[in-house]
Amino acid sequence: MLKKATRYDAIVIGGGHNGLVNAAYLARAGKRVLVLERRPRVGGAAVTEEVFPGFKFSMFSYVVSLLRPEIIRDLDLPGHGLHILPLESTVTPMLNGDYLAAWADHDATRRELVRHSPRDAEAYDEYGRLMHHMARAVKPIISMVPPDPTSLSPRDLLGLLRLGKHFRGLGAEQFHALFKLMTMSSADFLDEWFETDVLKATKSASGIIGTFLGPRSPGTAYVLLHHYMGEIDGVFRAWGFAKGGTGSVSEAIASAARNFGAEIHTDAPVARVLVKGGRATGVALENGEEIRARVVVSGLDPRRTFLQLVEPNELPGEFVDDIKRFKFRGSSGKVNLALGALPNFTCMPGNGPHLRGAVSISPNLEYVERAYDDAKYGEFSRQPYMDVVIPSLIDPGMAPPGKHVMSIFVQYAPYNLNGGWTDAKREAFGDAVIDTIAQFAPNIRSCILHRQVLTPADIERITGLSEGNIFQGELALHQLFFLRPAPSWAKYRTPVRGFYQCGSGTHPGGGIMGASGRLAALAVLEDGV
Amino acid sequence: MLKHTPFYPRTAPLMEGQAWRRWAGYVVASSYELLHDREYHAIRSSAALLDVSPLYKYLITGPDAERLLDRVVIRNVGKSKVGQVLYTAWCDAAGKVIDDGTISRLGEQTFRMTAADPNIRWLHLNATGLNVTIEDVSESTAALALQGPNARVILQQLTDADLTALKYFRLTPATIRGIPVTISRTGYTGDLGYEIWVDAPNALPLWDVLIEAGTPYGITPCGILALDVARLEAGLMLLEVDYISAHRALIESQKSSPFELNLGWAVSLDKAWFVGKAALEEEARRGAAWQFVGLEVEWDSLERLYAAVGLPPRLPTVAWRTSVPVYSGGEQVGYATSGCWSPLLKKYIALAHVRSEVARPGTPLAMEVTVEHRRKQAAARVAKTPFFNPERKRA
Repeated sequence: MLKKATRYDAIVIGGGHNGLVNAAYLARAGKRVLVLERRPRVGGAAVTEEVFPGFKFSMFSYVVSLLRPEIIRDLDLPGHGLHILPLESTVTPMLNGDYLAAWADHDATRRELVRHSPRDAEAYDEYGRLMHHMARAVKPIISMVPPDPTSLSPRDLLGLLRLGKHFRGLGAEQFHALFKLMTMSSADFLDEWFETDVLKATKSASGIIGTFLGPRSPGTAYVLLHHYMGEIDGVFRAWGFAKGGTGSVSEAIASAARNFGAEIHTDAPVARVLVKGGRATGVALENGEEIRARVVVSGLDPRRTFLQLVEPNELPGEFVDDIKRFKFRGSSGKVNLALGALPNFTCMPGNGPHLRGAVSISPNLEYVERAYDDAKYGEFSRQPYMDVVIPSLIDPGMAPPGKHVMSIFVQYAPYNLNGGWTDAKREAFGDAVIDTIAQFAPNIRSCILHRQVLTPADIERITGLSEGNIFQGELALHQLFFLRPAPSWAKYRTPVRGFYQCGSGTHPGGGIMGASGRLAALAVLEDGV
Repeated sequence: MLKHTPFYPRTAPLMEGQAWRRWAGYVVASSYELLHDREYHAIRSSAALLDVSPLYKYLITGPDAERLLDRVVIRNVGKSKVGQVLYTAWCDAAGKVIDDGTISRLGEQTFRMTAADPNIRWLHLNATGLNVTIEDVSESTAALALQGPNARVILQQLTDADLTALKYFRLTPATIRGIPVTISRTGYTGDLGYEIWVDAPNALPLWDVLIEAGTPYGITPCGILALDVARLEAGLMLLEVDYISAHRALIESQKSSPFELNLGWAVSLDKAWFVGKAALEEEARRGAAWQFVGLEVEWDSLERLYAAVGLPPRLPTVAWRTSVPVYSGGEQVGYATSGCWSPLLKKYIALAHVRSEVARPGTPLAMEVTVEHRRKQAAARVAKTPFFNPERKRA
């Protein structure tokens, strides 16, 4: 299969979307690149699989949020089949049978908000404007290598200076708002703006996704911003549902990488990185085969990258300690349903545009916080927060004609469940999800043809993501920017020369963004491979 | 008063925002939903159903039908076979384009011609001495366009006609659940798609069966705003937007020849006399002074212009239809006539008339953009059209 004589410029371990982006950029620069993927298909957590005959699922990651526009352009992803379809509305059913809806049309959303609170309807636009400014303030950071504030190197100082200037340019009012966003809980932050509980609950949900925190935990306000960064690119429409599921995003990037000359091998698990004299020289596959390369890039999460692929004695003890302390704490699960008919929500009976958008199970703030309480003490939420979408209504090809697929993102499902995850616990978790949905859509059970329940333990087993954390490590403030994944090693380089990291466990991390993969490729190229 | 098309009883209840617009004396939907996004994506991702009844339609029959058409249009109608559809333009005596449309050969002596403007007088003027009947069937024939990757699978459920065998720009008589229709593999989206021609009294039952059979495949009624984006991606021009009919132009410089509209391929100089032939022969020798090209506005340039005023780029999600100056090295070398943000390609595209010297694909140009009330120039490049050309269109 692989010619041993071949010497690659770079080997990328892991064909997730960041690994593929990394490979594509390296190949685009003329490098000989080999991607090694353990599973039979590329994509990592961005995969589409026909879990039940005729029913295709974005098994894990299910929406495209922040895929960087420059990556879409540089790699000509539309030319390789990327097609992002709009996901236009969010409807939150309430416990009293009412609902809160946000539609694609601004006026329609406003009128809906007026129904709940005329005051909030007005605050909504003001809030939107502030978040727009905040997102614009933070956005440049996403596309830059994080400068280290403790370093005195001219590069870092220059980077910090630029950033400082950028923040000073915000003006006092916005700077204060930014500071609040960085430190407050999403519930407290939203309390400053709105009075409608269901609105705050639904908005706060975007502050907790992928973290082991509740809406009242400090630091969650910052994660709200991520949503608004998608809004800034809103007109660009990088936000939505990928036609063919998120696997088609990975396939488009893989196709672009191949087009630039990269080789991609699936079913090729890497056992370890070969290191000689403090320098990476290649990789050893699990089948014993060794492949040489001038540099090795790992798209795996920090724990696997440093504690599994490399011998501990190749790394400084403090660094190993830092990585060991890096928090994963997977907190979410996924339930994928094959449906014979559409669910009928009590708050909005029948088929309608609401089914083509997201349905958020977040009826009030206390509900979401209580869902977290269960998880805090090692149980899955009896009444979880859920983000429900029916992709087959947006992209009919995902299910047989007239039938549907439903994707349910569920939080909280702690990785460290009391007594550990078992088959029985998994089914009990799945039942809790269905029971909760049935409160709002009583016919759901009769619609279900098949059910797939994925716990954090399953996510870890299938994708390799440690503790099933969907972001390769919690998106908490102490694990972001120049601290992601560890102080002094946040610039894609590692203590082993010629060994790089490009997964979302590095800055800026999280979501199908591709920024880590791209920035890591630029770091590799800068070092002159 | 403006007319309603035969599909009005079905389309009217779908109009969420009452966003009607005028088309050839009829009212049709700009978009059914408040935003046209979903209608656009239906064209590219599932299937869109468009009411295109306002098109002018002429039935031309008789022993000299072929001769009449060959006298009028620039393409060679005599070479067409029964069941073939020709896209063509027609010119005045000076070789300037009057209109463009399709000619469907329904039989040896039967043709259906579609046009954007009324052309019956022009046809009669050129029919002197010919044994031919020209009938305006614009009102009696209704038409639907079913466009998008799922168009075939939807339609095939409803008809015995073998649609896989129906090639691009061919047509077939068929019945759809018992309703006699003509199905042509044509459209204005540059995608896989069909146009279905039906007698007006059968319009509503046709609409109903298509919606019923298409729903599991994501069929979506679609208005003109979405179509406008799709036709730009397909690089297809529009009369009175991208060019002015020689019959309407008030001054010479408003007129365009087929060569100037990127239709040189359609000019059959080898056929016998047709209106404008001499002028076109002359122009073919001389070379056209203008070309009609695609432009891609460069993102980085646009982003810089907006960043300078502290804004993210504003992108035209609804296609614009105005004249916008195009520059090369500070000199104006042409003008763009329509443009939009392509949601699929993630590119800002436009169609433009430019001097032939700067018309080669890849040529760097600049297009005027208004950024916060100020005129700026964004870098742009001449691009090959169609901007989007999926294999399924012909496959």
